[in-house]
Amino acid sequence: MNETFGRYGGQYVPEALMPALEELTDAYQRYVLDNEDGFMDEFRERLRAFGGRPTPLQHAEKLSERYGTSVYLKREDLVHGGAHKLNNALGQVLLAKYMGKERIIAETGAGQHGTATAMAAAHLDMPCEIYMGRTDTNRQRPNVFRMRLNDAEVTPVDVGRGTLKEAISQALRDWAQSVETTHYVIGSVVGPHPFPQLVDDFQAVISEEIRDQLHEQTGGLPDSVVACAGGGSNAMGTFHHFLDEESVDLYAIEAGGSSLAVDEERGVAPNSASLTTGTEGVLHGARTRVLQDSDGQIMESHSVSAGLDYAGVGPELSHLVETERVTPESVDDETALAGFHRLSQTEGIIPALETAHAVGWLETATPEQLGERVVLTVSGRGDKDLETVLEETATHDVPEAPEMDVFSTTTGDDRNA
Amino acid sequence: MIGMRESDITAAFEDGPAFIPYLTAGDPTFESSIEYVEALARGGADVIELGLPFSEPIAEGPTIQQAIVRSLEGGMTPERFFEFVEALDVDVPLVCMTYYNLIYQYGDEDGPRPFVERAAAAGIDGLIAPDLPVEEATPLRTACDALGLDLIFIVAPTTTDERLTPLLEHSSGYVYVQARLGVTGARSDVSDRTSHSLDRLDGDDLPAAVGFGISTGEQAGEIVAAGADGIIVGSALVDIVAEGYENDLATEETAERLEAKARELTAGIIEQGQPRSERL
Repeated sequence: MNETFGRYGGQYVPEALMPALEELTDAYQRYVLDNEDGFMDEFRERLRAFGGRPTPLQHAEKLSERYGTSVYLKREDLVHGGAHKLNNALGQVLLAKYMGKERIIAETGAGQHGTATAMAAAHLDMPCEIYMGRTDTNRQRPNVFRMRLNDAEVTPVDVGRGTLKEAISQALRDWAQSVETTHYVIGSVVGPHPFPQLVDDFQAVISEEIRDQLHEQTGGLPDSVVACAGGGSNAMGTFHHFLDEESVDLYAIEAGGSSLAVDEERGVAPNSASLTTGTEGVLHGARTRVLQDSDGQIMESHSVSAGLDYAGVGPELSHLVETERVTPESVDDETALAGFHRLSQTEGIIPALETAHAVGWLETATPEQLGERVVLTVSGRGDKDLETVLEETATHDVPEAPEMDVFSTTTGDDRNA
Repeated sequence: MIGMRESDITAAFEDGPAFIPYLTAGDPTFESSIEYVEALARGGADVIELGLPFSEPIAEGPTIQQAIVRSLEGGMTPERFFEFVEALDVDVPLVCMTYYNLIYQYGDEDGPRPFVERAAAAGIDGLIAPDLPVEEATPLRTACDALGLDLIFIVAPTTTDERLTPLLEHSSGYVYVQARLGVTGARSDVSDRTSHSLDRLDGDDLPAAVGFGISTGEQAGEIVAAGADGIIVGSALVDIVAEGYENDLATEETAERLEAKARELTAGIIEQGQPRSERL
C-alpha cells in the first residue's frame, strides 16, 4: 500500500482523525485487498444485483463516423442511480458495515455521490447524512429530493461559495466529532490516505470491464481512453487497468470554465482545471495540485458542471500527470454544452455535464491523439442537469442546441429561444 | 522535548497554571484586533495563540470559521500577519496557529523554512498546525528546531497510546490537550475524557494545556483542579469580538469586555492552581 504517489498524497488531517484513518487503512487491507470474510465477493454480487453491472461498452456509430475512428462509450450512465458514483458508495457503505460503524456521512457536489450514498445506505440499512453546499442544493434540486426519498438527511452548507469544497470541509468537521461510530464516505479519489486508493479500487471495475469488453469486441486494446476529471474518481476508475499498457494514451478532461486565467484579487478561478493550471499544495488531507493564490489560500473554482467544480484533484492523478502518463486537457463551458447537445442528438444519450466535457474534447482532439480506437466513459446521465442546461444554453452561443420555442407561453413576435 | 533549553513558552507555565487565550489575528480589522490582543495580555494571559486565517479551516467550528471570514475580508495575509505580530505591544510568548498549506507556500523556496524564519524574525515563539499530524511534520519540526521555535501538537481524545509516544517526542512548548471530540467551539460541559488525557500525560516533561469548549472561570478552575497546567480559550473570546462587530460596539468597549473575560478566566485558574514548579 502506498501512502504517497510521488510527492503527492499523505495524511494532512487533525490528530483526532488519525486513529480513524489507521482503522480504515487496516480494514482496507483486510477486506478489500485480502477479501477477508468474502467482502469483495459480496461487493461484486451487490454491484451486479443492485447496481446493474456490468454496464455495456457501446460502439457509437455516429461519433465514429464524425471523427473517422472507432468510438466506444462505456455506459456508466446505466449504473443504478445514473452515474459511476455508486461503485464507490456501495463499496464504502458495505465496508463501513463490515467495520461495525453505525452511521454514514458524505459530501456531495453535483449530488451524484450524495444520491449514490443515500441509495447504498438505504440498501444496506445505515443512517445517512449528506453535506451539500447551498449553491449546489439550489442548482441540483432533483438530486436533493432523491436523497430525501432514500431517507437521507441533507444538510446545506452556507460557508463560502457553498459548493463541493465547503461540503468536504464540513463533512470532515462532522467526522472529527463522530469518528468513533461514523464512516465518512468520501466521493472521489481525494482526501487523506487510504481514501484515494480505496476509492480507486472500487472504481477500477470500470476499466476492468472496458478491457474485457473491448477485447471481446475487437480482440485488442484501445489507442486512447478519455474521461472527465473533477476530483478524478471517474478518470482513475477508467484508467486503472490501462496504466501499465504503454500503448494506451490516457486523457483526463477538466473543466476549463469560462477562462483558464485566475483572479488573485477576488480569490476566484473561473475554472476547475487543477491538473492543467493548479500548483502543489495541501487541501482536504492530501498534498496535490490545487487552485490557490500565491499565499496558499484556496480559490473558489467554477464550472457549469457542479460535479467538476472543485479546486483540488486526486493525488494519484496529479502524480500521473506529472510523470506524463496521463495527459490533462481542459474544455470550457461552451464546448461542454455543445458536447452535451451533440451526444444527445447523435447517439440518443443525454450525458451528465461532467461527461459532456469529455465529449466536447473529441471535437478539438487531433486524429493522432484519438488513434483508431477511442474509449470514452459516459460517467453519468444528464437528467440532473436539464435545468442548468436550459439556462446556460440560453446565455451561451451553442449552435448545437435545439430551438426551445415550445416553452414559450406567448405567441407572435416576442418569443425568445 | 527535543531542545535542551527550556523555551519561553514552557517557562510561562512555571508560576502557576497558564491562561492561554486565542484570537484570530485581524478579526475584524488589523487595528482593532491589535487592541483586543493587548487587552488579553492585560487581563492576565501567560501565552497568546494568534490565528493566521486559512480559507479551508477544517478543524474549526462555526465561531472561529466566521472570525476567519471576517479577518480574510479585512485583508489579512501571511505577510500582514507578521506585521501584526511586529506591531503588538505585549510581553508574553506568542504562538501562531495556522494550517499547513499557508506555512508550506510562504516564500520562494519549497518547504516550511521561509515561513518559520519570518515567524521567528517577527517575534513568534511557537507554531500549531492543526492539520499536520506527527507523520507529516518532520520538515516543519526541523525548521522549528533550527530557528528555536516550539512546535505544539494536539493530543485528541481518540489518540491511542501507540501514537502518544511519538507525538510527545515531537512536541515542544506545551502539549495541547483536546478536551473533547469535534471542532472548536464554546460548550457548557467539560468532557470526562479530559481527566483521562491528563492522567496519560502525567509525568511528561511538558506542561499540558487543555482547550476546546472552555468558556467560564468556573470551568477553567475545574480543569486545572483535574491536573491541567494551563487552559486554552478561543471561541468564548471570539464570541465577544463577534458581538462587538455585529452590534457595532466601539473597539475600546469590546477590548474592555475581553479584558474582563480574561480576568474571570485567570481568577478561575488561580483559585484552583498551584505553581507547576511546586508540583514537579
